[in-house]
Amino acid sequence: MAALWSIPAVQTATWAFVKVMIILNGMLGVVSYLIYAERKICGHIQARTGPNRVGPFGLLQPIADVLKLLFKEEFIPANANKVIFHIAPILAVFPAVVTFSVIPMGPPPMFVATDINVGLLLFLAMSSLGVYAITLGGWSSNNKYALLGGLRSSAQMISYELAMGLSTIPVLLRSGTLSLVGIVENQAGWYALGRTPLALPNWGIFHWYLILPFVIFLITAFAETNRAPFDLPEAEGELVAGFHTEYSSMKWALFFLGEYMNMIVISSIAVTLFLGGWHGPGLMFGANGWLSEGPPWMGLVWYLIKLGALMFFFIWVRWTFPRLRYDQLMGFGWKVLLPAAVVNVLIASVWLFVRGGM
Amino acid sequence: MVAALFFGFAALLVVTSLMVVLHKNPVTSALFLVLAFCSLAGIYLMLRAEFLGMVQIVVYAGAIMVLFLFVIMYLNLQHDVETGLQIAVRRGLGWFVGALLLLAGGALLKRGWALGPANDELPGAEQGNVASVGRVLYSRYLFPFEITSILLLVAMVGVIVIARGRTRHTAREGGAA
Repeated sequence: MAALWSIPAVQTATWAFVKVMIILNGMLGVVSYLIYAERKICGHIQARTGPNRVGPFGLLQPIADVLKLLFKEEFIPANANKVIFHIAPILAVFPAVVTFSVIPMGPPPMFVATDINVGLLLFLAMSSLGVYAITLGGWSSNNKYALLGGLRSSAQMISYELAMGLSTIPVLLRSGTLSLVGIVENQAGWYALGRTPLALPNWGIFHWYLILPFVIFLITAFAETNRAPFDLPEAEGELVAGFHTEYSSMKWALFFLGEYMNMIVISSIAVTLFLGGWHGPGLMFGANGWLSEGPPWMGLVWYLIKLGALMFFFIWVRWTFPRLRYDQLMGFGWKVLLPAAVVNVLIASVWLFVRGGM
Repeated sequence: MVAALFFGFAALLVVTSLMVVLHKNPVTSALFLVLAFCSLAGIYLMLRAEFLGMVQIVVYAGAIMVLFLFVIMYLNLQHDVETGLQIAVRRGLGWFVGALLLLAGGALLKRGWALGPANDELPGAEQGNVASVGRVLYSRYLFPFEITSILLLVAMVGVIVIARGRTRHTAREGGAA
């Protein structure tokens, strides 16, 4: 046993397996309580209390929901393409899970599953594969509302992907790497604002040329995850429930799971690119003062705090803003976000070139 | 380990490519093509062309195949509507091109083949090949790059002109009626 353990490949594989299991099961737990949080927050926004019957403060509500979904009858519509009808919900979950393998949740090597040198491209690739789940789910149900929802969603996701990709370019110009760990390490420390004694964290968001990309990234994130105010694919006033009209039981739950996992993934990427990832004041009274980096677990805490703030923002927006009309959505994506992102790439590259940062 | 991965991806690529051709349902064929692109991306990764591998998924699997799928879904192809002659011509062409490719593959095999890159000293292996691809693309191959972008722009403008022309035409007809 000890001889087997001494092989580096065995150690790597074992640690990778452990990390995958923790991430996968952690995600499932987090998603179920994220849904609880969403229902609680939406309740309070609408001056109600939200779920409060099952367990203290309704904390066991997610478990009850999952059990209910498991025991529901699974319904497959007549003339549906059965194989694709089964595959589509799986495709909804898998891109999010794959992307999570490259997200740095804390300082490496402890809290990073893998660090590949094209991490950001992997995220973009996986988010572009996310279209298939909704398109195929809508098409294979053999239902016109589902098909319309699927088509809307693919048009929306393809359009907003461009602005999203362009909004990440100033970050890459600044860090000079596509590795997510590298991008976070580039945001370490503090920087002085001009000649003033005021110091800001060296996070992306505190650099003026990265503010607009951050806003664009957040807006496109809503569109990519099909969340309100861009939840046109499931606009219930016109499309019943959109692409998942015909889905029931655990298959419907998988679509739901995919949506929330995508929210977590895209918020994590926003934290990584713009909010400094795991960096933050250590708040420890040690030799280096309380503003310096803390121990590694403090990095995980900072990552979770930032992620939680973004998730709250997602939920807050959903219960605050009305849904856009479809032509408004397309016009906004192509005529406002895309030109703004292009102009910002130009400005950021000129600024970085003049300042000698490249 | 590397060899096992290579044979896994290669087998997947061959099987999915065959299924693209052999499957009756066009939507399923298109999905197998997506899978083939993904396994090709895996092989690119093993050749240490990680940029190409990721772009393969972003562009081909993520964008182009979605549009293919749209077209197939809109046309709602169920059965062959072509006559025997057209099918015969297409099959003949297919056999011809297939034989050519087989010959080319045989010639390549005869000259010896290796797992992984032919020479280990890839340019910019230590800084990742995204940077080296970018450097070559924007210096040595700048002109072809710009020409390609103009070509794509022309195609895009052309599509818009054709689409707009048709709607104006139908609108006038509608007004006359």
